[in-house]
Amino acid sequence: MLLLLTLACQGGFTDPSREYAEPLARGAEYPTVIHEPTGFGVLDETPIPEEAQREVPPNTACTTCHGPTPEKTWDVDPSEDFHELEVDHGNLKCAACHDPRDRSLLHLADGTQLELPEVIVLCSQCHGPQRRDFDHGAHGGMSGYWDTTQGPRVRNNCADCHHPHHPEREPVTAAFPPNDRYLRSH
Amino acid sequence: MADTTRRTMMKGGATLLGTAALARAVAPLAEWSESLDMDEFLQRHYKELSRDEMDVILRRIEAKTLAEHGVEVHVEDVRPLEGVSFGYALNLSACIGCRRCAEACHKENNHDRATNNSYIRVLQLDKGSLSLGNVEVDYEGEVPKKEHFYMPVQCHQCDNPPCVNVCPIEATWKEPDGIVVVDYDWCIGCRYCEAGCPYHARRFNWHTPEVPAEEINPDQAYLSNRIRPAGVMEKCTFCLHRTRKGRLPACLEVCPTGSRVFGDLNDPDSQIRWVLANKRVFILKEDLGTLPRFFYFFDV
Ligand code: HEC
Ligand code: HEC
Ligand code: HEC
Ligand code: HEC
Repeated sequence: MLLLLTLACQGGFTDPSREYAEPLARGAEYPTVIHEPTGFGVLDETPIPEEAQREVPPNTACTTCHGPTPEKTWDVDPSEDFHELEVDHGNLKCAACHDPRDRSLLHLADGTQLELPEVIVLCSQCHGPQRRDFDHGAHGGMSGYWDTTQGPRVRNNCADCHHPHHPEREPVTAAFPPNDRYLRSH
Repeated sequence: MADTTRRTMMKGGATLLGTAALARAVAPLAEWSESLDMDEFLQRHYKELSRDEMDVILRRIEAKTLAEHGVEVHVEDVRPLEGVSFGYALNLSACIGCRRCAEACHKENNHDRATNNSYIRVLQLDKGSLSLGNVEVDYEGEVPKKEHFYMPVQCHQCDNPPCVNVCPIEATWKEPDGIVVVDYDWCIGCRYCEAGCPYHARRFNWHTPEVPAEEINPDQAYLSNRIRPAGVMEKCTFCLHRTRKGRLPACLEVCPTGSRVFGDLNDPDSQIRWVLANKRVFILKEDLGTLPRFFYFFDV
């Protein structure tokens, strides 16, 4: 949850910017970039003593504990609560997303390896309709410019809104209600 | 109306409105007549002003804002983009009623702080019905609430706008990019437009918005978020000070659910056109024939 919160703050959900982009030459266009979830892939490789290894400090490189070759199988029961992780995502096993060959990487069904920040490619593999809507701006939202000849556009990442381990959205607290006397219902 | 000042327009207004209505119409005007400055009163209609005349007015508004609110702002007369026609769509399957949009509007458009004013009102409706019978707008706490869904409503920038049609003095009109605007220096605050709008999208400034100096958004336009005088109408302008410079509206950027889609209806490759072509889209109160540019859809 904490991770998701920090991600969200760095996504497009802060107060809208009031800076404007410089004009470009005629016909030129600014890019549309997908916001890269921060904290992904920047992992600390300091070794951790074995006794402490059942609780993974966030942002620790997987290889500090697991070693380059996995001794364990990946098809473990997630309910055994490794890493004290809550994983509630369909019936997915860890290895549906994490690469058993190198735990610091993600992987697709065909074996293609992905760095953590490429997470959107992983999500899209299984969620085609949402990816299609996302590509047309109808899922996931954005910030910046509707007109990319005038400035860049930043697309929110799937992982800005959905935690990969428990993607269901959590309730939030509503911002202030209107306060004019005609609207009160109670 | 070659050389109409507001005064001659007001005369026209009198015959149109009848005496009783006029008395109501000018009441707000009478209240603040002491502070009314003559330049402002004699200003010509927006559409007849030359660029130079407009510049003088903009600098005057900036000076006034500095004097009255202690803030240096930049007020621009941002014109429509050639060939652009704006449209907006909102995904009701995704909206969770968090009101971040209303809050962003509140800040972006320099709304009065005490009244929590915003051009967006989020309706909480019963699941399974689109009847506007059991609506709540002042729900609080955790959202989304079970058995409810949420529908943010703001100006629909109708192509057949009842609010424009009822204005006795042409203080509100439709721009070529589809945005319905109000000239706050021309509006007499009769509130006919407020009554005429079937979406309750117009607001009346009972007093000039009170915003702490450090919170005033200095990025302002004549027809949108500049600090409004008391006694005039206001409404959502699709953030024209942003959108006419290519930026997305503030309410869209801030949405944590990605429910909002904005763009150019004239561009066949735009995101808004894709939504209209590929989603089940509907408009509010279609039978009224108002032809909104604000659309709702559900994921299916
Ligand atoms: C602090 C040490 C530590 C770090 C860092 C760590 N793990 Fe683990 N991991 C463990 C321990 C301990 C287990 C429990 C299994 C066991 O008893 O060996 C485990 C189990 C797993 C399992 C369950 C399947 C298996 O092989 O037993 C997966 C999957 C896994 N880790 C993935 C990762 C990934 C991916 C990373 C990096 C993002 C990571 N781990 C980082 C210590 C760590
Ligand atoms: C749907 C794909 C998916 C599944 C299934 C999945 N993970 Fe992850 N996991 C990710 C992604 C993406 C990240 C990187 C984002 C992050 O740091 O939260 C990650 C991060 C991690 C991390 C490091 C960050 C943290 O939260 O501590 C560990 C450890 C980890 N996973 C272990 C596991 C284990 C063990 C399982 C199975 C019980 C599992 N994952 C199941 C996608 C998945
Ligand atoms: C290997 C396939 C696979 C991958 C990869 C995957 N998912 Fe899923 N996802 C599923 C399945 C299966 C479900 C459960 C569908 C159901 O219950 O109908 C699901 C459910 C979901 C849901 C609905 C959760 C709910 O309960 O409302 C969301 C949101 C979601 N995934 C987002 C993501 C995101 C974001 C990623 C990338 C981090 C991702 N998924 C990666 C297979 C996948
Ligand atoms: C701005 C936040 C946001 C982003 C970014 C986002 N989503 Fe979602 N997503 C939502 C919300 C809100 C819902 C719930 C409403 C809905 O069904 O649209 C949702 C629902 C889903 C569901 C479940 C749909 C169902 O029918 O239950 C899936 C799967 C999903 N998203 C996948 C993705 C993928 C894949 C990406 C990246 C390509 C992504 N999302 C990006 C906010 C987001």
